[in-house]
Amino acid sequence: MFGEFDTQIVVKSLPFLWQGLQLSLLLTGLGILGGVAAGTLLALMRLSSFKVFSLFSATYVNLIRSVPLILVIFWFYFLVPLAIGRPVGSFYSALIAFIIFEAAYYSEIIRAGIQSVARGQVWAGQATGLGYWQIQRYIVLPQAFRNMVPILLTQAIILFQDTSLVFVVSLRDFMTASAIVAQKEGRLVEMYTFAAAVYFVICFAGSMLVKRLSKEIAR
Amino acid sequence: MSYVKTLAVMAVSGVALLATGQAAAAEFYGTLKKIRDAGVINVGHRESSVPFSYLNDQQQPEGYSIDLCMRIVDKASEVVGKKLEVKFVPVNPKTRIPLLANGTIDIECGSTTNNLTRQQQIDYAHVTFITGTKLLVKKSSNIKEVEDLNGKAVALAQGTTNERAVKAIAEKQGLDIKMLPVKDHAEGFLALETDRVDAYSTDHILLHGLVSKAKSPDEYDVVGRFLSYDPYAIMVPRDDSAFRLVANTTLSDLFRSGEINDIYAKWFDPLGVPQTDLLKATFEMQALPY
Amino acid sequence: MVALAAWVIAFAVGSVVGVARTVPNRLVRTLATTYVELFRNIPLLVQMFLWYFVLPELMPVEVGRWMKRDMPNPEFSSAVLCLGFYTASRVAEQVRAGIESLSIGLSHAGYASGLTTSQVYRYVLLPISYRLIVPPMTSEFLTIFKNSSLALTIGLLELTAQSQQISEYTFNSFEAYTAATVIYVVIALSTTVLMHLLESRLRIPGFISKDER
Repeated sequence: MFGEFDTQIVVKSLPFLWQGLQLSLLLTGLGILGGVAAGTLLALMRLSSFKVFSLFSATYVNLIRSVPLILVIFWFYFLVPLAIGRPVGSFYSALIAFIIFEAAYYSEIIRAGIQSVARGQVWAGQATGLGYWQIQRYIVLPQAFRNMVPILLTQAIILFQDTSLVFVVSLRDFMTASAIVAQKEGRLVEMYTFAAAVYFVICFAGSMLVKRLSKEIAR
Repeated sequence: MSYVKTLAVMAVSGVALLATGQAAAAEFYGTLKKIRDAGVINVGHRESSVPFSYLNDQQQPEGYSIDLCMRIVDKASEVVGKKLEVKFVPVNPKTRIPLLANGTIDIECGSTTNNLTRQQQIDYAHVTFITGTKLLVKKSSNIKEVEDLNGKAVALAQGTTNERAVKAIAEKQGLDIKMLPVKDHAEGFLALETDRVDAYSTDHILLHGLVSKAKSPDEYDVVGRFLSYDPYAIMVPRDDSAFRLVANTTLSDLFRSGEINDIYAKWFDPLGVPQTDLLKATFEMQALPY
Repeated sequence: MVALAAWVIAFAVGSVVGVARTVPNRLVRTLATTYVELFRNIPLLVQMFLWYFVLPELMPVEVGRWMKRDMPNPEFSSAVLCLGFYTASRVAEQVRAGIESLSIGLSHAGYASGLTTSQVYRYVLLPISYRLIVPPMTSEFLTIFKNSSLALTIGLLELTAQSQQISEYTFNSFEAYTAATVIYVVIALSTTVLMHLLESRLRIPGFISKDER
């Protein structure tokens, strides 16, 4: 029954799929921003000399990294509304879940990045009379981020792939949009193959970019 | 993006509420207060419950239940004294009850059986349709009754009353039926279409709806006796009789005036499914006077 | 269950592909690279759908029907295959990294003493590199275990899905989800501890594993 590959159906549903892709990209973008911000904070806490901070950060990171992302999304979609007494909604539950989840991964990357900055530079900063935040702001973080750009981007590609998981909360991202069309029209082969191709092109282009960047930075 | 818009609407209406004073708001509680404060009502809809609640070619929800719900939303706007913005939230049989119970949606307009077990978690407005579990098969398979499925495979939507009905019968009669859990009706029909299963079982009216949207309707047949009794109703939050009253008033008005017949005809005539005597009696009985 | 079965596939396929990426033969290298890029750049969920929905349709009618019906547990098999081949691409990268981290002198020494390419791999490169990549493999195993939760989207009941099933009937979602979360954490922690033990036993004196500073 799926004798011929019907490209017509893909063309016909393009506007709908494009809307989905925009949502995927929006989620990825916001997820990266939130994740990097929270991740930086966690990384600084992890490296701080206050035992409480570093312990909290370590626990958080290990805990989040041992549960599947899909479960975190479910918490926010189904459970948190019961606990706080107001709904979160599919978009915000997905977004919050992504930020919480990605923060754990980003914090590890950022921690490695910070540690890659030579210790002597911090001492030099202290010697010139800079405070803790000034040292982080002007000396450590700029260099750390420069070193981390490739890995951060790789993680961004992974996050983009992970946004397909919002399928489970029926949020209409690119994946969900493809699935809706596929099921409605009974055109599974075309739609899922097309979805796979689109994801591949975007992610492959992304990883090529990462390769070029890391060469530039290494120079 | 519409989320930003929603936020903006929420913020603006919050300010407006402060400006107009809180005297009026104090009369409302529960869902009515919530939708009044937000200016938005979250309507849960299904994606493939034809003709109750499904996505049309523009990927917008429509159907019998959606029409009824829009009347309820109009009534609710009138009651709270401001035009409510409708936000559609897609649900499936597995998510509809948790999402209504946790407040993500304020009302569910789909094809949900009103039963006592579910009433422990949520509440219902008046019954709007009566159906029951049957089987959808390919004509060529010669399956006539659930017993013929012995040694064969059936798809069942997770979290439906049909799933429970078929499982119970299979267990009672010792039938060896392989069950494939699916997420929603579209997926169940797809499993049948692609020969993954020999039958898809859900409410007979939904099966007729699925056939009507199929590429080759002649290949399929709805067979068997009713395996369960499923009266449909619109779901509303539990412990919220003020909001339920708004819904019930709307429905009683429609039943009493006979307007329900037009709405019914709009969605069910194309399927060739007339009102049964039982359904007529149900409408009449629920046409409560003022 | 799904995770374990998939891990076997991932390890086997991943090793072959990983080795293939380092061999002198250019064609083999290109093939292996294509495999890795293809499987790494498509979201796992999409791959699940491809394996489960699309593959049987592309097969000849008879085979497709067999895959959908008579194959024992179609959902289980597709999930295992999908997870296995996906993780294989990640394992392959680790294997490659492991082999490439060894100094080139090792293989030169092997060739010089008259070993063939396969012998060099069999007796010199692989034994060392496998012991080096135990730590990254641990995290790959945890990843496969977590990813098995995705199997629920194709109707297969994994841990997460089971907790969802419970919640629809009883609505004790709090308990169900908390239980699922706790089980994941416990399994993750115990695997980490176990692997730590394994790691210290397999450590080669003189080689410093990457984790240590």
